[in-house]
This record gives sequence, structure tokens and C-alpha cells, in this order.
Amino acid sequence: MTTSVDLTLLEPLLAQYNGRSRDALLPFLHDAQALYGWLPRPVQEAISRTLRVPLADIHGVVEFYTMFYNEPTAKRVIRVCDDMACRLAGSADFIEALETRLGLQSGQTSPNGSVTYERVPCLGMCEHGPNALRNDEPAGHLTPDDVNNFLVGAHPEPRIQKYGGPLLKLARAGKVIPWSLNDYEQHGGYATLRKALAQTPEEIITTLEASKILGRGGAMFPTGLKWRYTRSAPGTPAQKHLIANADESEPGTFKDRGLLEEDPFSLVEAMTIAAYAIGVENGWIFIRGEYPRGYRRLVTAVNLARRAGYLGQNILGKEGFNFDIEVRLGAGAYICGEETALFEAIEGKRGFPRIKPPFPTTHGLFQQPTAINNVETLAAAMSVLSIGLDEWLKLGTAESPGTKWFCLSGHVVRPGVYELPFGLTIRELIAMAGGVPDGKAIQAVLMGGAAGVFLPPDKLDVPLSYESAKANNFPLGSGVIMVFDETADLRHALYQLGHFFAHESCGKCFPCQLGTQRQLEILERIAHNGGPRPGDEAALQDIGFAMTKTSLCGLGQTAATAVLSAINIWPELVASEQ
Amino acid sequence: MNKTVTLTIDDREITVPAGTTILEAAQELGIEIPVICYHPHLTANGLCRVCSVETGGRVQAAACVTHCSNGMTVQTNNDAVQRGRRTILEMLAATVNLEEAPQILALLAQYGADAERFAGGERREAPIHDDNPFYIRDYNQCVNCWRCVQVCAEDAQYAFALNFEGRGFHTQIATFLNDPMPDTTCVFCGQCVGVCPTGALKPKRQALLEQGFSPDEVFEQTRRGQRKKHTVS
Repeated sequence: MTTSVDLTLLEPLLAQYNGRSRDALLPFLHDAQALYGWLPRPVQEAISRTLRVPLADIHGVVEFYTMFYNEPTAKRVIRVCDDMACRLAGSADFIEALETRLGLQSGQTSPNGSVTYERVPCLGMCEHGPNALRNDEPAGHLTPDDVNNFLVGAHPEPRIQKYGGPLLKLARAGKVIPWSLNDYEQHGGYATLRKALAQTPEEIITTLEASKILGRGGAMFPTGLKWRYTRSAPGTPAQKHLIANADESEPGTFKDRGLLEEDPFSLVEAMTIAAYAIGVENGWIFIRGEYPRGYRRLVTAVNLARRAGYLGQNILGKEGFNFDIEVRLGAGAYICGEETALFEAIEGKRGFPRIKPPFPTTHGLFQQPTAINNVETLAAAMSVLSIGLDEWLKLGTAESPGTKWFCLSGHVVRPGVYELPFGLTIRELIAMAGGVPDGKAIQAVLMGGAAGVFLPPDKLDVPLSYESAKANNFPLGSGVIMVFDETADLRHALYQLGHFFAHESCGKCFPCQLGTQRQLEILERIAHNGGPRPGDEAALQDIGFAMTKTSLCGLGQTAATAVLSAINIWPELVASEQ
Repeated sequence: MNKTVTLTIDDREITVPAGTTILEAAQELGIEIPVICYHPHLTANGLCRVCSVETGGRVQAAACVTHCSNGMTVQTNNDAVQRGRRTILEMLAATVNLEEAPQILALLAQYGADAERFAGGERREAPIHDDNPFYIRDYNQCVNCWRCVQVCAEDAQYAFALNFEGRGFHTQIATFLNDPMPDTTCVFCGQCVGVCPTGALKPKRQALLEQGFSPDEVFEQTRRGQRKKHTVS
């Protein structure tokens, strides 16, 4: 297809990015694509010259991220969630109606070039399923009757659904104007930073260690220890980094989105406190490409905070305390939530995870000491300082103090983010969410996320705490609790899990790139193309073993976990009748 | 800095300088750990994972990139290690053409891998790139070991003609927008061909000889022959 490309459109960007280097590649590609709808050859060549990045490498990056396009693509892109939670909420009907109305299949652009249509993995809005993105505009609770309104942008944007209590980290979300620093301050914003600056960094880290906060993204590394390691790593604050990992992308995970969209200043303040404690000057927020609303609000919050002196030099008059934040937008790659893959993405490369060790606290972003924390982790650290260690320790259990965000989705009456102290049982939490609609029975619960495990209904009386999770062999992970009622098709759910990991495997190590594909093929046939065959279970077990034990990073190491747990509980799902 | 570490590999104790990999230490003991992507002169990236060994951790360790540590106990060939290797090899055999990869075929035999186990699954297929007088690229034989990309970049030549396209299972080696090699920054140094372990990259002369052309015909096509004219479509 020959298309004439007006390069004069690009000139302001070429001037803006002149002198920048490879780490500006992702934002440059985003900005250029906003002009053209895709990335034509001469545009990529101009970017290559400006940033002095080899053309082949540009190609590698564009090809890696699903939201960058090498081929003519409409400026209006419709992305519909085709993942588990939305399916449970009835997305199949909406998708059918939408595809009929558009006359397009996933990946196609309309003949007049006005719209491109894609089915995509989880958009992180499971409480609003079925959901979709119309360019930057999110839409939820979509029914077949909503197709026309959605396509013209007249469908209302969903708001945060928060429940539980005490709401510490989510105290302000939904109550404040997300783009008003003034409003944030009037709701207690920046009081905690002032409190923190009255303490020494050592005092804050000691408090954090006593709070027993573990990383809330799923890896459960002790936060205080991570901060201490980074603080004591060689290098000046100007040579160190703090990153907020806002790339939550695991199917069923939407816990951080509420804060990012509805209370972005909280993250900016929490990062500033962390920066002071750790001794870093460079802050980064990496937010997934499917959260455009959160991205816009974070950029606004950072700019307003900087203008007000909450970011920059000698913050709040604290001599020598300098810190600033750059917000980076991902472009469609679950793997970039893996910390080292995220570094690669910021550095303008394909999001391939790195070999560890060395670890980020000494060799992170740009090979410099880096503390990378999940959004909720940073919010939790700020909560400890805000309410005080004693109050924090009164919440939850002895080994798991404080609160946690749980993402309830699937067959519950009130899906949403639940901020709760550790210790409630899964069944209590489901009851709090109104139980299963229409009084149906629970068939299964997916715990922790796509990389988690299934639990059968008779295992739901276990408490939600780190010690209970360990004793009962389920991960809290990213806080996902996805409920499947008695009518749900678990074989289809396993197929969706398989599809997700095959789609998101980066392709670096053999067991994951090959195993996710072979696993998908078997699960697809079992669910939709003839059912189980003899040898399927053994094959899935071997593939799962190879991925779990030999993959390079956490994605591959957990890509079979949920599938294997389901086979263990319900062998008939994959057993052949022959 | 003459720090050393002492560890046990397959019940044999060995002391090696700190920074030695498990692969190197095992070699010193005469214990062979299989590899596919690893090349002694290139940056090890731990891609193929057939060198994975048990070290008592939650997961196995890739011997090519894991440093020895004091007190480490390594099992290089127990049942769990063999199960992982066998499965990776079986999945690989269902993905690409290994006919010209004798070392990988030998591993399949050694680990009792059933090359047909996943037959019928999607294969990673690509058109053959015959776009220059020096070498042919047949990615139907490519296992994604990255060696060509690495020698083309910082591991040797700094030509940066090669990178990747696609993702996951569908990852392939590619030039910018699949341009023919003469239109790229390739300098035809031949190092990529030299390090390819599977015959995916092959000297054009060799390919033509294998196809039955006479040496004179080969000479015509490679040295004096007309270089193909490339038009950008």
C-alpha cells in the first residue's frame, strides 16, 4: 500500500526530540503515531536519525508493542476486552453486536480507513465489564444496545467502584477532583510529606520495616528492605531511580487504576516521600498503554506539583532534597510489568526481561541503583506514615498488618476494588460483594490473577493474609479474586488463560515462547475443537513443568500455574473419555 | 582479588574463581551440560534453557549465566533436569526444521525426546530470504538463539542490520521493515553465518552446491553474476 506521508507534520516533534537519546524512543513513537495513526517508513527513519537508534532496532521495538503500528491503521482504534472477567460479564453478546455493526474482524481496518478494530487482553476495568476503549476513552457495562452510543463516544465513562474499609490508600479516590492540586490539599494532601520531611530518612525506613509491608504487585518483597538496599547502594541521589510500576496488566487486575485515575496526586506525594527516604532524585511512573485516562491525569498532577514546588529543587524548603518525576506510557505489553523488562522499555528497547542477578537495587534502570515499587505499595508506605505505625499494626493480622486492595470480578453482585485489612476469608469477601448473582452456586475462584491458582468452593474459608496464603498454597498475587458460578465454562476460561500468556510471552526464552504456544493449542482444542485427547494431561503437565522450572522470568514461571491447579482439582477438564 | 568459591557439582567438589559460571565449572570437571544458544565468544543470554540445572532453588538455574557460589550443590542431569530439557526439545522440534542442526538432533536422541509429540501444532514459518550474493536466510530453520543479532550488534560488528519482529512464539529475526539485506546496514562480514547453529544462515555458494549447481554456475551466481536488482515495493 502506497501512502503519501506529510513529513512536515513531524517537524515540531523532530525539533522537540533533537538531542535526546534512545530512552526517548517510546514517547517519540507515541507522539508520532498520534499524528499519523500509524508509523510510516519515513517517520520511523526520521526518528531513527534524530535519536541515533539503528533502524533495525526501531523495527524491533515497533513490532514488540501491540499498540504501535507498522501498517496503515485508522486514527480511531476500538479495543474491546476479550478476556475472562468481561466474558463472565457477558462480553460475547456485545462483541458480536459490535463486529456486526462494524463489519470487521479483530485486527481489521474499515475500507474507508476510519476505524480499526481489535479484540485485546484484559483492559484492567473488570468491575465495569464488558468494557472497551474508544481511542483514549474508556467505556464499561456495554450491552449490544450500547454499540452506537459507544462508537460515537456518547457512552458514559466509568468511575471507580470502591468498597470495604478502613479506606486508607483509597480515602480520597472518587472524592477529590483528580486534576486539582488545591482540592487535593484541602483533602489532607501533602500533609504526610510534611510529616515525613520532619523525620530522617533512616527513621522512615525503620518505620517501613516495622510495618511489614510486602510488595503489593505480587512478588511480596519486603518494601523497607528494598528501600534500604537502594539507599545503601553506591551512587549519589542523582544516579539513583525510583519507579512506580503502574503497569498492572494481569487479567482480573484493576486495583491500581482507581488511584491512578481518581487520586493521582497521592501517587506523586507517595513517591516524593519514598524518594526522600531512599535518597533518589529521578522518579518515573510507568503506566500501561491501556490506561490513557490515568496517564493524562498523572501528567497533569506531576506538572501541577512541580509548579507548586512539591517537585523540583529543595522541595518544601528542605535543603538538598531534589526530586522530579517523568511519566511514561507503555504500549501494550504485559511483560513490561516485570521490573527488568520495564527498565528496558524506559530505555527504548523491546521489553525483554533481564537475567537476575544483578538485582535492580544495584543495577536497575540505566544500570543504576533503582527502587521499583508497585503503585499500591507506595500508597501503603504513605498510609503508614500518615496514620502512624501503631495504628497500622492494629489492622490486619500479626504477620500481615495493614490493608490490601482486592479486585473482585466475575460473578459477584458488586465487583470492584475492596480495600480491607488482611484476615477476612475469601467467602466473607464474596459475601461483602453481594454474593453470586441470582443465588447461583460458586464453581471456582481464581486467586491472585492469571498467574494465580483456582480454588474449589470448599476451600473458600481460608483467610486472606500472607501467612494463610503460604499455608494454603495460594498466591495473593495482585489481589485478584475472580468468581466463576456454576454455569461458567471453565474449559473456556483455561483457553483464555492460555491465550493470554501466548499473546504476552516476550519470546526471549525457549520454554516460555514455545510452551505458551503449545499450551494454548491443547487448551483451545479441549475447549472448542474436539475436546481432550489421550496424552493431553501429560503434555500439559510437562509443558507446565518446563515453563515453571526453567523459564527466564516470572511470566513464564507462572504461565502454567492456574492451568495446573485446575487440572489438579478438576482432572475431568482435560481427561480424555477414550 | 583472587577470591574463590567452592561448590559441589554432581557430588564432586570443585573450587573455582568467583564469577565462574556453573557451565564453566562443570566443564572443568569434565561434566558436559548441553547448550543451544550459548556460544563461548558471545554474550550469554540464557535463552534456550536446556542448560538448566538444579541448585536447590524454587526454579532451575541456567548454567550458562548463573555464577557459582560457596556451598552451592548442583545436579546437572537428574530426573527433573532431564524432564525440562526433553520437553523444551520436543516443543522446539515441532516448531522449526532441525534437519541441519546435528547438535540439537543429538540432544533429542540423548534425552529421549519425541520429535513428533507436538506435531500438528503451529510451526514458525517464513519465506526464504535469498536477497544477496553472499548468504541465504531460511528462518524455517531458526531457533531464535540470537547469535546473529548479537554479532551484528555490540558483540562484534556494530552493523545493527538485524533485530526482531513479532513477539512470543512468533518472534523472528528481521531487518527494518523486512528490507532486503543490501538495503540495510549489513556489511556482509559473514559473522552471522559463522555463528548460526542450525543452517538457517548459509553461504549462498554452499546452498547452491547443495542444490546441485556446478562450481562454474555457482561462480556465475555469486561472484561475477548479476547482483539482484531490488525494487522497494
